[in-house]
Amino acid sequence: MTAIAAKSPALRKPRSLKKPGILFPVLIVSLALLAVWYVGAYFLNAQLARDQFARQKKEPTAQELVAATWAMDRPLLPAPHQVAVELWKTTVDQSVTSKRSLVYHSWITLSSTLAGFVSGTLLGILLAIGIVHVSSLDKSLMPWIVASQTIPIVAIAPMIVVVGYNLMNGQMGLSTDLSRFIAKAMISTYLSFFPVTVGLVKGLRSPDPIHLDLMRTYSASRAQTFWKLRLPAAMPYLFTSMQVAIAISLVGAIVGELPTGASAGIGARLLAGSYYGQTVQIWAALLAASILAALLVWMVSLGGRAVVKRMGMAR
Amino acid sequence: MNARGLLQPWLAFIGLFAAVSLPLDSLDPERMLPREGPLAWVVIVAMAAALVAVIRAERSGLAGVLLAIAAALGGWFTLQLLPSVAGHAGPAFWALFLTSWLLAWCLVSVLAAIPRQTGFDGAFLRIVVPLIFGVWLLIIWEVIVLAFKVPFVLIPPPSAIGAKLITSIPILAADFRQTFLKAVIAGYAIGCASGFLVAILIDRVPFLQRGLLPIGNLVSALPIVGIAPIMVMWFGFDWPSKAAVVVVSTFFPMLVNTVTGLAASQPMSRDLMRTYAANYWQTLFKLRLPEAMPFIFNALKINSTLALIAAIVAEFFGTPIVGMGFRISTEVGRMNIDMVWAEIAVAALAGSVFYGVVALIERAATFWHPSFRT
Repeated sequence: MTAIAAKSPALRKPRSLKKPGILFPVLIVSLALLAVWYVGAYFLNAQLARDQFARQKKEPTAQELVAATWAMDRPLLPAPHQVAVELWKTTVDQSVTSKRSLVYHSWITLSSTLAGFVSGTLLGILLAIGIVHVSSLDKSLMPWIVASQTIPIVAIAPMIVVVGYNLMNGQMGLSTDLSRFIAKAMISTYLSFFPVTVGLVKGLRSPDPIHLDLMRTYSASRAQTFWKLRLPAAMPYLFTSMQVAIAISLVGAIVGELPTGASAGIGARLLAGSYYGQTVQIWAALLAASILAALLVWMVSLGGRAVVKRMGMAR
Repeated sequence: MNARGLLQPWLAFIGLFAAVSLPLDSLDPERMLPREGPLAWVVIVAMAAALVAVIRAERSGLAGVLLAIAAALGGWFTLQLLPSVAGHAGPAFWALFLTSWLLAWCLVSVLAAIPRQTGFDGAFLRIVVPLIFGVWLLIIWEVIVLAFKVPFVLIPPPSAIGAKLITSIPILAADFRQTFLKAVIAGYAIGCASGFLVAILIDRVPFLQRGLLPIGNLVSALPIVGIAPIMVMWFGFDWPSKAAVVVVSTFFPMLVNTVTGLAASQPMSRDLMRTYAANYWQTLFKLRLPEAMPFIFNALKINSTLALIAAIVAEFFGTPIVGMGFRISTEVGRMNIDMVWAEIAVAALAGSVFYGVVALIERAATFWHPSFRT
């Protein structure tokens, strides 16, 4: 590869001109969005800032007004740098185990997200294998799985959390934290099994009929066809749906923290921030959740790429 | 048929034998199925007849009809017996229940083995098979909850949920109006329309496309419901704040899908449009938008689910005293679990119907697409 590249630099250049990278446009668009955010912060907070100055009986200059809108205590929309500072203060300046640390809260949410994601993926894989191999399951179960997607599953979240929590904490005698953890993981499981099942069923059925016929001419058993043809062919589908699944299981864990009055976790931070009007805290928690989601999806896609490459299917 | 297909009827035979010969009630060994009156005999004879028919000729129409009758009778009779044995069900009760379930499974296998058909028969089969599964799911739920006396606050039986649903229709209707008719519909329409329009706008600027698409993809994966507290702060407690959350969560899937769809037309077709001297708008309306339709409808379908979820979750952060999310979170707090389930049933129905309507419109609008041609 390197030899070819070194030999024909002239060939490479036009291609890079033809297909420019996305880094520069993304950077510009992000900067534009940041600018819009600052302008929006000014307009949304201007009235509050004017009221503040009026209470102090001061006539602000335009410059003072702008500065004030970007540095308010409880703004309608905090400026980006305020959120960044809050994020820095709650992650780097705090010890990781402190209850004021966002790292601590993120970990609480992350742990149930991962538990739910793993069990949801396993459940999804089992269901998909059953659906592909048993035709009565395909006909009777598949429509319900599809229908279950149209149901606002998150609506059940508070009930699963409260009921599951009471069951485990009250009747089975598990500790408070563990019960909450399991209840949240159950919601994540419920949310994440669906994309995995649907994607994997599609993937397991993706081999060409010619290849399936070839396996039959080899007189391969069902298990052999599954391990040697269907499963490898399904890998790209599996990992694509796992990316969706991990994103949605993070949503499930966050939503699961809303109804139990949980004191820890990103969802609890959001709820507390909304009760006490701590806008900056809400935005910081939101940003932390977004970073977490992006990281998780990125890691799954990296894993997927590695597996697909290892199987010799990378394009 | 293979050997496994024949296993269920034999298992059902053993079950039927156990149901007839063992006691129904674990407290009262004298109580047996044959002594339960003539109706019990009807059930036993129907089951035996269906089993004989299915073992003799697995795919005959007669076996299917007999199986349907026997499974329905068995399920119905199990539910009839249920109140009298609640909490102390004997082995024969469980045997009867299992036998009925096995019969229903045989029925599904028989129906699933029918080759794929088109027209009315095919549609009927496609509905009936999952329906049998769904009804049996409800029966299993009811029997297990009542027979084991599962605490009501944990999981109420479906019959209690149904009763609650019927008695509290006015409350449910008010919640439905607040959450679905106001917040979801308004937010869905605004979010999808603006996502579509922005996609058309940035379609003319490749730079924006390359810059916005990765960001749009990233935002689609983010937990957008988290903006609910902010929207409540900005737009107040009533439905506009929920609609705003719905707008944000439906915007990005629509944007990303439309942009992808607009790029989906074949270069060959685009060249053809150029040889016709078609201008941008003609190419857009005659070629690229029709080609993008499957993608756009995909986004519409994803969004129909997302919208309802977003509206309900947004209500957890503060609402007036009406709305589906509000009802769910307060009734959970008051341990009125049957009311919560009734609300979930309404939400499930609303979500499925919404999705179904979008899917039907898709069928009508993209009838030419390979996935709908048979």
